[in-house]
Amino acid sequence: MSADGRDLLDLSLVELAASLAAKRVSAREVTDAALAHIERTDARVGAFLEVTAGKARAQATAADERAARGRRLGPVDGVPIALKDLFLTRGVETTCGSRILEGFVPPFDATAVERLEAAGAVLLGKLNMDEFAMGSSTENSAFKPCHNPWDLARTPGGSSGGSAAAVSARQAFGSLGTDTGGSIREPAAFCGVVGMKPTYGRVSRYGVIAFASSLDQVGPLGRSVGDAAVLLQTIAGRDERDMTSSPRPVDDYLASLEGGARGLRIGVPREWLEAGVEAGVERRVREALAAYERMGARLVDVSLPHTRYGIAAYYLIAPAEASSNLARYDGVRYGLRTQGGAGLGDMYGETRRQGFGPEAKRRIMLGTYALSAGYYDAYYLRAQKVRTLLRRDFDRAFETCDVVAGPVTPTVAFRLGEKVDDPLQMYLADVFTVTCNLAALPGLSLPCGLHPVEQLPVGLQLVGRPFDEATLFRTARALERELGPLPRPPGVS
Amino acid sequence: MSLSLDEVRRIAVLARLKLSPEEEQLFRGQLSAILDYVEQLKELDVSGVEPMTHALAAGDLPPLRDDVVRPSLSPEEALANAPAREGTCFKVPRIIE
Repeated sequence: MSADGRDLLDLSLVELAASLAAKRVSAREVTDAALAHIERTDARVGAFLEVTAGKARAQATAADERAARGRRLGPVDGVPIALKDLFLTRGVETTCGSRILEGFVPPFDATAVERLEAAGAVLLGKLNMDEFAMGSSTENSAFKPCHNPWDLARTPGGSSGGSAAAVSARQAFGSLGTDTGGSIREPAAFCGVVGMKPTYGRVSRYGVIAFASSLDQVGPLGRSVGDAAVLLQTIAGRDERDMTSSPRPVDDYLASLEGGARGLRIGVPREWLEAGVEAGVERRVREALAAYERMGARLVDVSLPHTRYGIAAYYLIAPAEASSNLARYDGVRYGLRTQGGAGLGDMYGETRRQGFGPEAKRRIMLGTYALSAGYYDAYYLRAQKVRTLLRRDFDRAFETCDVVAGPVTPTVAFRLGEKVDDPLQMYLADVFTVTCNLAALPGLSLPCGLHPVEQLPVGLQLVGRPFDEATLFRTARALERELGPLPRPPGVS
Repeated sequence: MSLSLDEVRRIAVLARLKLSPEEEQLFRGQLSAILDYVEQLKELDVSGVEPMTHALAAGDLPPLRDDVVRPSLSPEEALANAPAREGTCFKVPRIIE
């Protein structure tokens, strides 16, 4: 219990930071509480692939020593967080949810991890995910399924399913994920937490295992908008080890956080609320839009006419890039090696047969086909041109609005097993999220209430101009303040 | 668009994946369905549209850093995860018979 009688684990990251700064609680105390809670709940949730209890306790003790000397480093100092298992962590196994990397212990840290640790964060462990971040339900994890804390029979979404479930289940005060076609925003929506996919280039991807390099971006998940803002502030900014990390200065996200919605122009794309959005989801999204109007924002009708081509373009570009990125898993330098037949070629083929799961293989096959001789122009090149059209849609919309708003997903969290046998149906769950990646824009998912019938979280998606994460945080915070927090998820209370 | 089994096998060779007969059948059906779905991109007139070959606008691209030698992984660190090694080399099966 904290001093005001609330369970320590119910505090937001920002509230915990204040308690740590005021010495009402120690980092060791809150870390022990989080570890005990993980121990108690994770057999049911399955959010963690590895819990780094020893490392966490040592980091927490170091944070308390800094605090005792009056040398607290900032808002994440002493705060227990966790990482999707595709961030390289020096000395801590990193699998990317795949058998092919089982046992891989990286010799260096990802830049995002280095920055969190330099700011004093406590690492609780590595989080479950779809293999190589390919999936929308975390059911493609090679190790175990992950369950939604709101209903353990449902998926937490994916591919950053563990990152969303751990935050939702109050196992961690925040987490990092990656988003290639919705992999932060969709699980955030399904689990009732805040997830931010920053602009392509805002966060370094050095040390982050690559899926589709022209789309992948690192971002935070948190219990509140402020929590996500603090985490992004900690990891954002130029890193000379990543050629795609932008030299643009990072805005002060907290400075404008409480700016409210008055005067904002919120673009509502008619294509996002057309047929295909389930009625209860649509209702909560429309109520959120109405709330913005009440708060003094202006709703603007906009059009993103190429939205419906997003999935098709995405499922050419992402697999094509994945087939190239995953060529490195060949049994030579790290990971699994299986000797089949006699020569080198047999070793490659057998290692990859045994090491990759069905979805990774499917995407490698699709991408290899799309890039193969005679098909490049018809598939990859055409998809890249459609990408230009999608970006132009958004550029035109942003001439009349500051933020685009709509649903994150067409439905609430679906049931485990519901879509595993039909990959195309699984892909269609990404219809509203992929366009943001294809256009390289920032996108945020925040809870906008519970589904009127199913009592599961519904997510509102906000998409902004390039590098305008600050406006997304401010816009999201206004609604969060208006709606108040969701109750605790019933699956793990 | 329906892929033949031969095409599936040819792609698997290019991708250095050994597939079981069941996987060949499964992927034949699933990949054909996905390729049917992406056919809709052909509805769009993309003549005169430049492909988006980089996700960052030119102004957001960082400058190239100076090409200078700096510390990097030691051979021991680089080899620590190797399935097989010999001395300071990665060891692979015989390539030339």
